[in-house]
Amino acid sequence: MEKKWEEMSSDEKQEALFQRWISPEGVKFVSPEAEKVYKERTTRIKDAIQLKKKPDRVPVLLIPSFAPAYYSGLTPHDVMYNYDKINAAWKKFSLDFQADSHGGAAVPSPGKFLEILDFKLYKWPGHGVSPETTYQCIEGEYMKADEYDILIHNPLYFFYYIWPSRVFGALEPIQTLPHLSCLTEMYGVAVPFFPYGTPPVQAAYKALLEAGDEALKWIQVVGGFDQEMPALGFPAHQAGPTKAPFDVIGDTLRGTKGIMMDMYRQPDKLIQAMETLTPMFIQLGVDAAKRVGNPLIFMPLHKGADGFLSDEQYKKFYWPTLRRVIMGLVDEGCVPFIWAEGGYNTRLEVIRDLPKGKTAWLFDQTDMAKAKKALDGIACVAGNMPMDLLTVGTTQDATAHTKRLIDICGKDGGYIMANGAFFDEVRWENLKAIVDTVKEYGVYK
Amino acid sequence: MAEDLVSTLADLKEKEALGIVQDRLSAGDDPLSILDDARRAVEIVGKRFADSEYFIPDLVYSGEILKEVTDMVKPKLAKAAEVKRVGKVIIGTVAGDIHDIGKDIVVFMLDVNGFEVYDLGVDVPAQKFVDKIKESGAPIVGLSGFLALAFDSMKETVEAMKAAGLRDKVKVMIGGGQMSEEIKKYTGADAYGKDAMAGVTLAKKWVSA
Repeated sequence: MEKKWEEMSSDEKQEALFQRWISPEGVKFVSPEAEKVYKERTTRIKDAIQLKKKPDRVPVLLIPSFAPAYYSGLTPHDVMYNYDKINAAWKKFSLDFQADSHGGAAVPSPGKFLEILDFKLYKWPGHGVSPETTYQCIEGEYMKADEYDILIHNPLYFFYYIWPSRVFGALEPIQTLPHLSCLTEMYGVAVPFFPYGTPPVQAAYKALLEAGDEALKWIQVVGGFDQEMPALGFPAHQAGPTKAPFDVIGDTLRGTKGIMMDMYRQPDKLIQAMETLTPMFIQLGVDAAKRVGNPLIFMPLHKGADGFLSDEQYKKFYWPTLRRVIMGLVDEGCVPFIWAEGGYNTRLEVIRDLPKGKTAWLFDQTDMAKAKKALDGIACVAGNMPMDLLTVGTTQDATAHTKRLIDICGKDGGYIMANGAFFDEVRWENLKAIVDTVKEYGVYK
Repeated sequence: MAEDLVSTLADLKEKEALGIVQDRLSAGDDPLSILDDARRAVEIVGKRFADSEYFIPDLVYSGEILKEVTDMVKPKLAKAAEVKRVGKVIIGTVAGDIHDIGKDIVVFMLDVNGFEVYDLGVDVPAQKFVDKIKESGAPIVGLSGFLALAFDSMKETVEAMKAAGLRDKVKVMIGGGQMSEEIKKYTGADAYGKDAMAGVTLAKKWVSA
């Protein structure tokens, strides 16, 4: 009899999730060849991550931002406002470059949805930046310095009412809504509901319903992409994302400056808040992995990069809750696929404190020889194809750098070739050269 | 007491530093000398940053304390404090890019190192840089960018300077997220600065040349 999930060890859970990924239920492969390639690709990535045996060759992933749109001659605005154009462009990108995975087609968030809710957190094509430009975050204190206690003691109330009322203009009225914890008796049961009868709150809810319609339309499109690509032989390289608690607060709650002030002015509250967020962000990843049947959970890291924090600050504020999120995911069989944006040279010693074969670290500008040395026998390393090389380098440069990376990192497995940062418009022939070089030069004999 | 303010602020002891400022103001101390001490302290912060003893949070925090000190002292000032300036620098995040954290840190570091900084903000069109060079006569321009789209914006900005006949009158440095020596060559800039201190070092080198 099969073991129940809760009776499995974390190794068994990881293996079970990998098997669901390698042999996905309900996928009708378009051809026996597509099925064969799909299994080879998933197995290749699994072997590179687990460090148990050498894969057949170095896996190669391309993880784009709006690149597929540009590649099809479309602007970011085109695909954010015409959902029907998304899949064809993203599919063409995968089929033409033939990397070992796809990353979903959810980069173009639905423009009309953002308009209905008056999204304030980002500028997007046609709204603050030109139609040809990618969306960009606006730094701000969307959570105020004196609101830590709400986040710590009542996180759901914070994320349901306070934060949305700041980042969505149309939802501003909902910040006046009471929480419903007093609904335990008949007496007074209607009292907390009267604000729902007021015109501003009703307008907010009307916007919410409209936005829901739009989000549904969009997700039916991009969800279709996720269904179609495995059938064509392309596995998804992530089930979903989660984040480091420090980045959750530092990116879009308190902002970069806000969190840096808090490190001095209210360090205990900051740490307590990150501890509150830790189980929530473990759950986020675990739920996605189990739902999708793919252990890979994408974790983009931002504010712990070289220069952003001292070693001491990193160890005090950043790493403890990040490690707990990582380990919470690992315990449930997930593989955190951690993208260390910027440089991570000064963090390599700290991040070695992880169990073997449970994580993959994708590096942007880190010295890969050092990274490989530090994580040898601990974790798969990935990435480092530099943005300048993709954008202005020659094909010869791209080929040479690909070979160099394979030489440095790929010797006995444990390396995945990938771009170092999300990319938009690049020299397409360079992408092709990278993939082709890996397929030739990256084969393990 | 002067040394107290310099060292407490440089050590980022916010409450103590502000307490000293309050005491000195109450004692009728010259507001200009208080400001001068605060600036000296932030210069020390800059040095510690250059020596990798301090990092970005420390720099940002020192800027915040300096701002608080300035706010306390300002009402007592008869006239605006005149700081000796070593040179002029124009800086901005190039067209299409709205990221400002890195740029703001460079502005702050140039300012505490005695430069007069014209901060043009974010998403700055090439022409605005050209106009500011003409108007201010600043011999140094810093182009900031986080996204790869900034590669082309920087190139276009440098070309606009060329077209306006200003290229040999200014030195251009670039910095930010995905910038590199390769991108410096691509844009036609004179130098790439890896971090805020590199920017200050370049600017100092260029004004003394």
